[in-house]
Amino acid sequence: MSKREEIIRVDHITKRYDENAVLDDFSLSVHEGEVVVIVGPSGCGKSTILRIMNGLEPIQKGEVTYRGEKVDGKLGSITRIREKVGMVFQSYELFPHKTILQNIMLASILVQKRDRREVKEEALQLLARVGLSEKKDAYPRQLSGGQKQRVAIVRALAMHPEVLLFDEVTAALDPEMVREVLDVLLSLAKEGKTMVIVTHEMSFAKAVADRVIFLDGGHMEEEGTASEFFDHPKTERAKQFLHTFTYDKVERE
Amino acid sequence: MNWEVIGSYLPLYWKAMLLTLRIGWIGIAFAILIGILVAIVRFYKVPVASQIAGVYIEIFRNTPLLVQLFFLYFALPRIGIPMKADFCGALGLALLGGSYMAETFRSGLESVAKIQTESALSLGMNKSQMVLHIIFPQAFSRSVPSFVANIIFLLKETSVFSAISLMDLMFTAKDLIGLYYKTSECLVLLVVFYALILIPVSVLGDRLERRVRHAEFGD
Repeated sequence: MSKREEIIRVDHITKRYDENAVLDDFSLSVHEGEVVVIVGPSGCGKSTILRIMNGLEPIQKGEVTYRGEKVDGKLGSITRIREKVGMVFQSYELFPHKTILQNIMLASILVQKRDRREVKEEALQLLARVGLSEKKDAYPRQLSGGQKQRVAIVRALAMHPEVLLFDEVTAALDPEMVREVLDVLLSLAKEGKTMVIVTHEMSFAKAVADRVIFLDGGHMEEEGTASEFFDHPKTERAKQFLHTFTYDKVERE
Repeated sequence: MNWEVIGSYLPLYWKAMLLTLRIGWIGIAFAILIGILVAIVRFYKVPVASQIAGVYIEIFRNTPLLVQLFFLYFALPRIGIPMKADFCGALGLALLGGSYMAETFRSGLESVAKIQTESALSLGMNKSQMVLHIIFPQAFSRSVPSFVANIIFLLKETSVFSAISLMDLMFTAKDLIGLYYKTSECLVLLVVFYALILIPVSVLGDRLERRVRHAEFGD
């Protein structure tokens, strides 16, 4: 793993909202082809890490770099970096006034100035891949949550990103739609895409992760491979956290 | 009801309607322009300009058009700024309308969720691409109902133009009644001509609303 090239480096960052530290001296590095899953209780700063990696949040201390280049929402270079660092939001955030196809094509044409025909062809292929070809001319409001989220993933993929950031992409979905979205993520992982995933789906996390990071109160509490973390958690806090996902059979007297 | 009288008045009303339309549309066109500029200044909280815009909105939304017209037409010439009546009418309408349009567009801008901005930025768009392709279209589609209502309201407000001796529909009707006492004919014509102006606007407005809002809100 360590021989692979480092793509994103988060170096001792501190993020505060007013006086509350959301992240405190947090570091992480993401290497090419790696799937990093971040888990932890609500409000522990998981999503904030992704937003910082995308230059959407200012930080008070430390530095984030993408291939050695500083990630900062205020710098002109940020648009170039964001082209390479795709992000998918919990609430999909498709553009409601554009059709599905337009949603997928817009940034490639506008930002990357690619040829419209070529972009369209690729968009159609991507839509077919997630089984939504027949929705190409529909508007987002006509799709279910799971469908919208698959389109949002495709929209990010259309930019040919080097890294994909997934921010609790199934948290807003009905249980039966979770699967269709996670299947897309699994297939991306199989292709060797570099991904950072924030999720509450523990069995999915176990299946997809090369590395799991357990975050609590803005600190990295534990880090390890999927089986290390899920089967043999080292810290008490991690054990406690994982326990909340398992239930013992009720013994009736 | 004397149809002969009505027939003979028609050309006068027609001429008056053209005047109402001409000044009305010029005023409204500038009102939209002012509205967009002021809304952007207010929404992005441009220092100083935003405060000035706020004062402007409060003054013009909270005083009657008639008073504004009197001020422009009678008061400004006293301090050496001469005003022609038709220019005055258009200016008054533009300033009043601008304050209404500004609030309409601003509330449209505010209704676009902040995370839509982030969604656009995360795709590598720069600020102007994001504003032009993502924020403005959504803001406008949400503003359309009150935008159309504003236009209808402003066209109706033109009926006070007669107070600064513009020969609009209202002026013509009052004038003819004063001269010949054919009150019912004059008033019927007045209603008919205002409806003639406003019903098409209302129908077009409906169409615009359906078209612009279809994508986001369905039927």
